[in-house]
Amino acid sequence: MESLFINLSQAFTAWLMSLGLSAGWADALLLAVQWTCIVAIVTLNITILIWLERRVSSFFQERLGPNRVGPLGCFQTVADALKLLTKEDIVPSAADKLIFKTAPALFIIVAVMLYAVIPMGDGMQVVDLNVGLFYFISIGSLSTICLFMAGWGSNNKWSLMGALRAVAQMITYEIPLAFSLLGIVMITGSLRLSEIVEAQSGVWFIILQPVAFLVYFIAATAELNRGPFDMPEAEQELTGGAYTEYTGMRWALFFLAEYTNLVAVSALMSTVFLGGWQGPWLPSWIWIIIKTYLVMMVFFWVKWTFPRIRMDQLMSFSWKFLIPVSLGNILFTGAGIYFCKWMGWC
Amino acid sequence: MALDKDVELLSKNNVLVTAFEKIWNWGRARSFWALNYGCNCCPIELMAAGAARFDMARYGYEVIRAVPRQADLLTIAGPITVKMKPVVERVWAQMPEPKWVLAMGNCAISGGPFRDGYSVLPGTDSILKVDVYVPGCPVRPEALFHGLLELKRKVEEGQY
Repeated sequence: MESLFINLSQAFTAWLMSLGLSAGWADALLLAVQWTCIVAIVTLNITILIWLERRVSSFFQERLGPNRVGPLGCFQTVADALKLLTKEDIVPSAADKLIFKTAPALFIIVAVMLYAVIPMGDGMQVVDLNVGLFYFISIGSLSTICLFMAGWGSNNKWSLMGALRAVAQMITYEIPLAFSLLGIVMITGSLRLSEIVEAQSGVWFIILQPVAFLVYFIAATAELNRGPFDMPEAEQELTGGAYTEYTGMRWALFFLAEYTNLVAVSALMSTVFLGGWQGPWLPSWIWIIIKTYLVMMVFFWVKWTFPRIRMDQLMSFSWKFLIPVSLGNILFTGAGIYFCKWMGWC
Repeated sequence: MALDKDVELLSKNNVLVTAFEKIWNWGRARSFWALNYGCNCCPIELMAAGAARFDMARYGYEVIRAVPRQADLLTIAGPITVKMKPVVERVWAQMPEPKWVLAMGNCAISGGPFRDGYSVLPGTDSILKVDVYVPGCPVRPEALFHGLLELKRKVEEGQY
């Protein structure tokens, strides 16, 4: 069980080589298959995830949630997807057609790109970049551009306001997000995610870096546009934010990409803070799934517990609280490392 | 007339398209995302229908969109005044096909007590083609569910 997927990929490569392909071509084909699997798993996972969030949010509000379509209502999202697929596709005549149409596609591409560096198990990583963490942060911030494209291309005042909010919020929260991860990079001395996971074989980084974990969690919530920081899509004030003009499947792509981002960030969080794929008894790839789902449950919990905060509170919270705290965490970590060296503990 | 007969014959033989239409309708009937229009008492019942005791979410109809672009169902829950008429018409035009109208409450059905007023339209059907009428003053959540399930049956049978 442990090396099921690794054996599968090795068997696939060996089969391709036996057909007379060179090693380079076999690797390229293997990458293509891996990417297809990622896209398929992400899409299927999200149909479950949306149903799960609707059920979970219902339980928070003492309701039952969708339970009529299929067993426990688990085909509810399938029905929604079928409907969204067949809705009329409206492109407003005043919109910038090219930007309007490419924004959702780019958004989902960027979201799927995040999965390249996440270790999904022992040795199960599409590419093990030596700047994996940096890659994740930089690609994650690209989604700002897609949101702004959507808002600008729609040529609608609500869309533009939502997009401006998204840009302001994401740029603000990018800084504490990156700073909170710096403490871990200082301890492990590496940006490579597989090395960060291996460094946690003794003790998880959530114990060594609790402040960084909290700062990262808050900043990631804002980065994902999830409640209580869902300002860009604030339905009550901005009708629909940057997505106001999108119909049917184009809008669904945005939704899909947001959930894809959520899964990716949860996976990164369990990789960096919760020991990644490490765990007893079960195979490594099951451990990362369990941890990712647990982190996602906390995201759901936060979203359905707290009301949305105001835009100025959002900005001042980041600039006046999160950034000083994350900077202090870096200082404290550095002092701790020197103390350890001085005492001869590490 | 001859053309109509041809079309009928073709659509009878066109098994694939009708099968797909059935699948789409299965999905459509189970996910009405509503855009609500209302004045005072019927919307309160709408809130009750969405909240804990009645829970519209069981049928998957709890997604209330604030944007006409993402809505499938226009719930008219109140009298349409002459001043609001162009707004309702515009919102209806902004919704993507396929879309439905549900007239909720006596005011939306016929104008109710305001029927003879100078400023109120005598019912939603004077401007839009209504799919389901749900009478009541105001409508009980159970009646609203019955209306929604009737609409579901209608969509599943392809009568729209």
